[in-house]
Amino acid sequence: MATDSGPRYRLLGGRIPYIEGPLKVTGRAEYTDDIRRPGMLVGRLLRSPWPHARLRSIDTAAAQALPGVFAVLTGEKYPTPFGVLPITHDETAIAVGKARYIGDILAAVAATDERTAERALSLIRVDAEPLPEYTDPRMGVTKVAEPIHTRGLLGTNIQKEVVQHFGNVDAAFAQAVHTARVRGNFAGVTHAFTEPMATIAEATPDGRLTVWSATQVPHYLHRALSEVLGIPMHRIRVIKPEVGGGFGGKSDPLPHEIVCAALSLETGRPVKILFDREDVFYTNHGRHPTQNDVRIAIDGTGRILGYDIEAIIDGGAWSSFGTVTTYYNGVLAMGPYRVPNFRYRGRRVYTTKPPSGAMRAHGGTNIRYSVEVALDELAEMSGIDPFDLRSRNALPPNSKTVNEFRITSTSFLKCLAAAREKSGWDEKFRKLPYGRGVGLGCGFYISGSNSPIHFTPKIPQSTVHLKVDMDGGIAVHSMQADIGQGSNTLLAAIVAEVLGVDLERVHVQRVDSDVSPIDIGSYSSRVTFMMGNAARAAAEQLREKLVRAAASLLDRTPESLEVVRERIQEKDHPTTGVSFLEALHRAMEKEGALTASGSFDTSPLGGSFKGARAGTAPAYSFAAYVAEVEVDRDTGEYRVPKVWAAFDCGRPLNRLAVEGQVEGSIHMGLGQVMGESMSYRGSRLFNPSLLEYKIPMPQQMPEVEILLVGDDDPEGPFGAKEAGEGPLIATLPAVGNALYDAVGVRFTDLPITPDKVLKGVDQRRKEGRLWKGE
Amino acid sequence: MPSPDPLRFRLNGHPVEVACEAPRILLDLLREDLGLTGTKRGCDLGTCGCCTVLLDGRPTLSCLTLARLVAAREVTTIEGVTPANGLSPVQRAFVEHGATQCGFCTPGFVVTATALLRDTPHPDRPEIERAIAGNLCRCTGYRKIVDAIAAASREVA
Repeated sequence: MATDSGPRYRLLGGRIPYIEGPLKVTGRAEYTDDIRRPGMLVGRLLRSPWPHARLRSIDTAAAQALPGVFAVLTGEKYPTPFGVLPITHDETAIAVGKARYIGDILAAVAATDERTAERALSLIRVDAEPLPEYTDPRMGVTKVAEPIHTRGLLGTNIQKEVVQHFGNVDAAFAQAVHTARVRGNFAGVTHAFTEPMATIAEATPDGRLTVWSATQVPHYLHRALSEVLGIPMHRIRVIKPEVGGGFGGKSDPLPHEIVCAALSLETGRPVKILFDREDVFYTNHGRHPTQNDVRIAIDGTGRILGYDIEAIIDGGAWSSFGTVTTYYNGVLAMGPYRVPNFRYRGRRVYTTKPPSGAMRAHGGTNIRYSVEVALDELAEMSGIDPFDLRSRNALPPNSKTVNEFRITSTSFLKCLAAAREKSGWDEKFRKLPYGRGVGLGCGFYISGSNSPIHFTPKIPQSTVHLKVDMDGGIAVHSMQADIGQGSNTLLAAIVAEVLGVDLERVHVQRVDSDVSPIDIGSYSSRVTFMMGNAARAAAEQLREKLVRAAASLLDRTPESLEVVRERIQEKDHPTTGVSFLEALHRAMEKEGALTASGSFDTSPLGGSFKGARAGTAPAYSFAAYVAEVEVDRDTGEYRVPKVWAAFDCGRPLNRLAVEGQVEGSIHMGLGQVMGESMSYRGSRLFNPSLLEYKIPMPQQMPEVEILLVGDDDPEGPFGAKEAGEGPLIATLPAVGNALYDAVGVRFTDLPITPDKVLKGVDQRRKEGRLWKGE
Repeated sequence: MPSPDPLRFRLNGHPVEVACEAPRILLDLLREDLGLTGTKRGCDLGTCGCCTVLLDGRPTLSCLTLARLVAAREVTTIEGVTPANGLSPVQRAFVEHGATQCGFCTPGFVVTATALLRDTPHPDRPEIERAIAGNLCRCTGYRKIVDAIAAASREVA
């Protein structure tokens, strides 16, 4: 494996337990709801019972008069629209004029305790006129009676339409020897992190506002608070305590965070808003329900000639990241393959349902399922093994896609080779008895969005500050947000690696906008790549100061010295050297505590056409997974005993964390393919609890053989690329294609529940098609 | 309304006497009234296991337990299974095996695993999976949690 060659590092590349692990296993890690402030009030939200309604009036007098109530807020007070993308600000902190889904926030109260707050909510009278509900995105693609937002395209509910055409798709299909078409239907799924959202806000008499919140992106929250509340950013302090999982669901600035701050401004007291699980489900921002239509053409040798794709994406009530989602559902369909001709039409449509947003492997998951199932079908039609079909079409390193994505490192062929060999593919594919099968699914994902969301002012995507004082402890400040993926540990390990010190010297400080330099947070699988490079740059500056100090102590040139564990010594005479502390203290003589600032920014990538930046990344991850399934003939239930997960994340810097990301991703991917579904009756979410929204149990989790085969990436820190999201994608098509191998049915309606398996098998038999010696 | 008698029970090995009204839930009593925030609130419905404590040694969902039901009984929280210095074998194994990611579910798992290993010092994987089936984890895919509990069991004499 390539990662066994190249430079060796003292810490990086090993298995590094999380530095905050001891706090987490003892219950001492501090999450937002664990924080108490003196005189803290309870904030509660009144949510809309209507999917779509015009708000005529909201009478809060009785609630205001209730003893123990300190404030009641409605939408007019802070009507400034906001949203995660500057181009689609269509949310308000509290509904103004209209309610747009069941769960939309209509009013908020702050009271001394929970019971009083609930009582106050029950006293608020809302006079509303129900409006038409739009439950299916297809209802909104033409002009509608009452558009959900005025910003919809030409009187429709279309939030964003993307039309792209590269090459000549019609000509490509005219030359095709085989074509396949897959019409996929995907239920919405949600993050189901264990920590419900929680926010505490405290406005103080010095004119400042402090906000603690369970967020993945403290910086975007900081901006949104400033914009909506009309307070300059420097008078707002955003603190991120430990966050109990995010997976994209805590990446938008959310209305309740702004409402909580507004309630504190109104009352002059600290206010906490803690969500219950129903609040979490209604807030959603999960993976979009999607209908896609994928056609792929190949020539007689199995080379891909073109893709022709359409997608209808159910956005729910707001835009959120939706413009990005709409692009990603097209452009992320190409890699890991060379696709010379590509046509895509994607429409994201508002509906009167809880908003969809970014969820792990955002925009790359549903489309990938349909593409990989179509390729499986083409392999069968052409008589080419699914592995061979894919390797014939692999994008080579240092190439460009037809839409001008820059591909640098790719070890996709190594992923294919490893998955094929380790899974025993050649002995199993189409050879296992009826009811058992293996399937191949591949993946491709961005290692950080090359484009930041905000362009003004122009600042680096990531900055890391270091400070070392005479105690020899190294304080690290950065606004990267550890939400459980291990970024604090990686940050510490990179600093320790470069400086040659023990990990315990490095203290990663909690994100606090008063002292943390801006990093744009944990989304788009950007942290390892961007924060990692920034941390390395900062630590190298400190190392230079320390080496110069050691050189002056030893009367040698800096070039003749090297940094080893807790020591700086002469390369040729290792016995001549000084300790880290000796060098530090010399270096401090003139400037006091040593400080350094490192940053990383992306340079422009992509073509010059409209939307060219969407999906550009400084690097991409690649995957090839084989799943094995066993189907129960009588019940249609199936289990996945094993997954072979070959993944290219470049050089894995913390194997323990990468394995955790791969296994967690497979768990989440299995949930989506096997059973998870946000179920609606009309616009009403029917299963807003973890009892009814079922994530896979420990017993359903397969054995996972992880094959990390990536070559070093030329620009990633120490050769690394992302491992947080890409590992999810291949899981779904690997299972779908394994089910085909097992029972001879193409499943394109997700989740694939046992009833669908039974129905599919019945249908196939009715059509007279027998499978594997039935 | 007259206040009920104070609630008396043993908490993490010490006697406790605390004012507690009849509808108070054990989770709220622990977190809000007694400041033991290691026990987490994930769902309020008994579905996630984040609030697991030991009641007379048995894993129990504190979000579904009326606080007054623990009168004269023994409650052990994550704070109670943590040694005064350092970590228990289960806790150490969770750290070393990467069984904690976001950490929010972790106290519940540690409490459940501690009870499992006390009753069944050397469980096999299916026994471990059965024991933790009431605890949800969305980060790890459970494999490293099972690994950690299996490793901790090897340390048990």
